[in-house]
Amino acid sequence: MIHCVLHEEKDSVAVVVVEGIQAGQDMTALILDDDRTITIKANAAIPIGHKVAVKDMAEGDTVMKYGTDIGKVVAPIATGDHAHVHNIKTKRW
Amino acid sequence: MSNIDKNTTFWGYRRENGRVGVRNHVIILPLDDLSNAAAEAVAHAVKGTMAIPHPYGRLQFGADLELHFRTLIGAGSNPNVAAVVVIGIEDSWTKKVVDGIAATGKPVVGFGIEGHGDHETIMKASQAAKKMIQHATSLFRVECPISDLWVSTKCGESDTTSGCGANPTVGNAFDKLYDLGTTLVFGETSELTGGEHLVAARCRTDQVRTDFMKMFDNYQAMIKRHATTDLSDSQPTKGNIAGGLTTIEEKALGNIQKIGKKCMVDGVLDKAETPDKSGLWFMDSSSAAAEMVTLCAASGFAVHFFPTGQGNVIGNAIVPVIKICANPRTVRLMSEHIDVDCSGLLQREQTMDAAGDALLDMMMQTVNGRFTSAEALGHREFVMTRLFESA
Repeated sequence: MIHCVLHEEKDSVAVVVVEGIQAGQDMTALILDDDRTITIKANAAIPIGHKVAVKDMAEGDTVMKYGTDIGKVVAPIATGDHAHVHNIKTKRW
Repeated sequence: MSNIDKNTTFWGYRRENGRVGVRNHVIILPLDDLSNAAAEAVAHAVKGTMAIPHPYGRLQFGADLELHFRTLIGAGSNPNVAAVVVIGIEDSWTKKVVDGIAATGKPVVGFGIEGHGDHETIMKASQAAKKMIQHATSLFRVECPISDLWVSTKCGESDTTSGCGANPTVGNAFDKLYDLGTTLVFGETSELTGGEHLVAARCRTDQVRTDFMKMFDNYQAMIKRHATTDLSDSQPTKGNIAGGLTTIEEKALGNIQKIGKKCMVDGVLDKAETPDKSGLWFMDSSSAAAEMVTLCAASGFAVHFFPTGQGNVIGNAIVPVIKICANPRTVRLMSEHIDVDCSGLLQREQTMDAAGDALLDMMMQTVNGRFTSAEALGHREFVMTRLFESA
């Protein structure tokens, strides 16, 4: 079973694609462009469609998804954390 | 490898001006909000016709008024429409819409209410509508080459599954359609924010790139003029955010998946402007779903691909809207709205090519007559885009 997907290896976040992810759960992450999987442990319950960090990030870092800049980190994020509006903001508006 | 190629044909209505439609509507088109009541009465009196009520149409001016006329004339001119009865509060703007649609050669007539009243107008319009529906229902579909098909796309209530699944499925289908000489369009100007450089890189010529960036920058300037916050309540929407989308950049990158990997952007269109050659066009347009699909209908597109994540329920009065979804929860909870389920992509159970082909297969069934979910559920959204207040 695939629990989350990321587009390419340099992405810092993956998208959870199943319901019911619990804190402590091991997740299989599919790298879409490479068609291969890696393993991540969730640090929190993460709803379907929400993002999980696949790399550690510091405040001010750029968040990578689709191999591209999608925003800035506004609170420290550890691998396995729920990554969303509480720790990531737009750089544009 | 694809399930359609340059020899693929579909069964469409070839209109007087050579354009091909995939539906055969007779519409009762109000010029303005005051004429909705009469239009609805005519559609009730003459079965098989369809009223398209909408607000606005009074005291608009300048570019906003031009867009109003372009949208109504375009909707009536769309090849999915066999014939039109226009009703307006007064004669001269009514005639403007009638003349605009008459340029296509299709049957169209108009009635102004002032000096006559609703009852007389409804009677005369119903007499005309009866003739039109009997004319329209005697028309036949004919076999047409796939290159005669015009396809639009816009996504809505997106979430992260849109960017990973549903939108790339559209992109895969668009890449295949592009190679066959079809006419395609995408838009949602504000929603490219964060990815505009990627769209600019896909523009075929420097002129197209310049035109695109000018439209993009104008839209940004408009937002900055009016915004009171960082738009984190409106764009992305609450639905986007509940579904997991965090920033406009992330949404934009997901959005842009819809133009695939190979399509070039061959030109740019103003809102509701009609393209003059085949290829992929960018239309300056709102990201509000019904506004944008209505603009595509006014521009002349025959069928619409609408990928969704959280479950947008949209249809359109003029064009059949095919809804594609990769979110397994949405497909389960809102199944009556989804035409193409591509959630298998996210479980590695389906390849991107297979998903694109599934969409193209649904497109073929739809253009040949099969009702989309939106049509079966009676979703006939028709929403005017406004540029500024009325006088």
